[in-house]
Amino acid sequence: MDRILFGDNQFFGVNHISETKARAIAIQFKNDKSIVDTIDIAREMDINTFMCTTHDRIKNICDIIRADQSKYEDFTIYPCMPYAHKYANAITEYGIIGTIKEYVPGNLLGSFLKGGMAVVSKDYIAIMELMIDAEMKMFKNIHTPIIFLQNVVTDLLLGLGMKDILKAYHDYIKQKYDAEAGFITMNLPALVNALNEMDIYNPIICSSINKAGFRMSGGIQQYHKTIRNNKMRLIAMQIFGGGAIPAKEAIDYICSIPNINSILFGASSKQHINETANYIKEYDRIYQNEYDLVY
Amino acid sequence: MIKVAIIGIGKMGISHLSILGAHPKVEIVGVADTSKFSTDMLKKYTSFNIFNDYKKMLESVSPDAVVVSVPTKFHSNIVKDLIERNIHVFVEKPFCIDLDMGEQLVKMVKERNVINQVGYHNKFIGTFEEVKNIVTSGHIGTINHFEGESYGPVVIKRKQSNWRSNPAEGGGCLMDYASHVIDLVNYLVAPIQNVRGTILNSIYSENVEDAVYALLETENNITGSISVNWSDETYRKMTTSITINGTKGKIIADTTELQVYFNTNECPNGYTKGWNIKNITTLSKPVDFFLRGEEYSAQIDYFIDSIIMQNKNRKNTFETALHTDKIINQIKKYKLS
Repeated sequence: MDRILFGDNQFFGVNHISETKARAIAIQFKNDKSIVDTIDIAREMDINTFMCTTHDRIKNICDIIRADQSKYEDFTIYPCMPYAHKYANAITEYGIIGTIKEYVPGNLLGSFLKGGMAVVSKDYIAIMELMIDAEMKMFKNIHTPIIFLQNVVTDLLLGLGMKDILKAYHDYIKQKYDAEAGFITMNLPALVNALNEMDIYNPIICSSINKAGFRMSGGIQQYHKTIRNNKMRLIAMQIFGGGAIPAKEAIDYICSIPNINSILFGASSKQHINETANYIKEYDRIYQNEYDLVY
Repeated sequence: MIKVAIIGIGKMGISHLSILGAHPKVEIVGVADTSKFSTDMLKKYTSFNIFNDYKKMLESVSPDAVVVSVPTKFHSNIVKDLIERNIHVFVEKPFCIDLDMGEQLVKMVKERNVINQVGYHNKFIGTFEEVKNIVTSGHIGTINHFEGESYGPVVIKRKQSNWRSNPAEGGGCLMDYASHVIDLVNYLVAPIQNVRGTILNSIYSENVEDAVYALLETENNITGSISVNWSDETYRKMTTSITINGTKGKIIADTTELQVYFNTNECPNGYTKGWNIKNITTLSKPVDFFLRGEEYSAQIDYFIDSIIMQNKNRKNTFETALHTDKIINQIKKYKLS
């Protein structure tokens, strides 16, 4: 995993602190080209990994990337699935079975296609696998070495105690896509325990980590303890605490924690991308020097 | 440990079950749903005690409290069964379709002293809680107007299928979306008393309205409007906001941001004359388990704590939710007349 990963919230009008800003950004990124241009700006700063939801518009971005293979030779995408609002809105309209009918390919009840059989025989793992395949279609021929499960699903399964499904996701990603499974969570300590119990060693986890303790459920102390005492490959997200922490302070804090492998951030302007990337490089140097002095 | 059971594991129920499942003070003693597709999944992958008949569950596991998240038309009968057994109840919104039944349930919970809560989760969102504090403190002056709004992309093409598209079962934008806004106005401004005008528009749905616009008046004669549309695809998800104009200032709040203007130096602590902006990141209290938003965990925590402390819950009682049902009914009636 690269040290710096580029996120996609800004492209789809997600803003945790203001609906007005969210709309302004949605307008800024109305065209796919404006998204790709921003990704290119990040690449100029040696940020070559794009972590994105399986939003419908990512399909278009993938088309652009596939069409210019030499330009994007070193480019990597970490898909994060599912794009939950699509399903949440669908469940409100169609119900759970209706949503499966809508989104599981080949799922005509009574047909002998895999999807139909899976629903009739209540083969829940097969339904999950079909839904993963449907979400992964858009990434064909794109380098996707890690495939993440979104926090809304990871944490739902965690609360329900459905650890077997987390394990099934982990195993299917490895078997079918020759990739590693990642888990996004808002409940890091609880998730690490659950994955340990399922013998998923050294898991890839992406979690809110920030100086303000924002969305660090169970408390910041518990997070530090979990990070210190467990082997995992950890990606810090929401490092600015949803905008509550000034950039420099936020990054100083994140870089000071030795066991964080990667930092995920999203930004919509060249200035912000450069500023964030430069701060990370600067504080990494400072903490590396301190580390060298101690050991 | 509080012994909790759940009836109904659809979209809201499954999320409540996950939050309850992670709750340190809760033991899940039973899960009931009529859908074999859903219950078989839980049977296979969880250790929960699963039932297809909720009455059998109640007899078999004797819960202290039950979360009810079934289609609205089933609320009143199930809730009545529970109160008769002196079980504490958390029921999803809206509360009841039949207002007489709603009255009866309110009376029953008062007599039997059971904790009764309805899932209007907006009251647990930090920005709206802060609005409540400011309004209660009087710093906004005398309120002269409010506007409650909610928009989202639920029905964005012509198609219909489930109970949410059937008005008799509690479907439609008025019951599903506008109920939140009405309830929020009741809580933040003052209880609504009169409906002065209503527009119910069908945009894509055939049997129900997709948009609700209404002129309303509170019991202390404050007037305002609500504007609600669940067929607005410019919103990624449900987005609810409220604007309150007072003689000393103005509040504009949604689920992420609070903007407050004061026209004098007499402001609450942490605010100054002119515009002030606060965000949910600083206003929301942390929760022990996060699923879809702090508010979903916070409302369950509040319910469980009310039971443990044997305190009557003040937020989202059956009584306040019934008042919201009555206004929904008035809006419908106004349209009919």
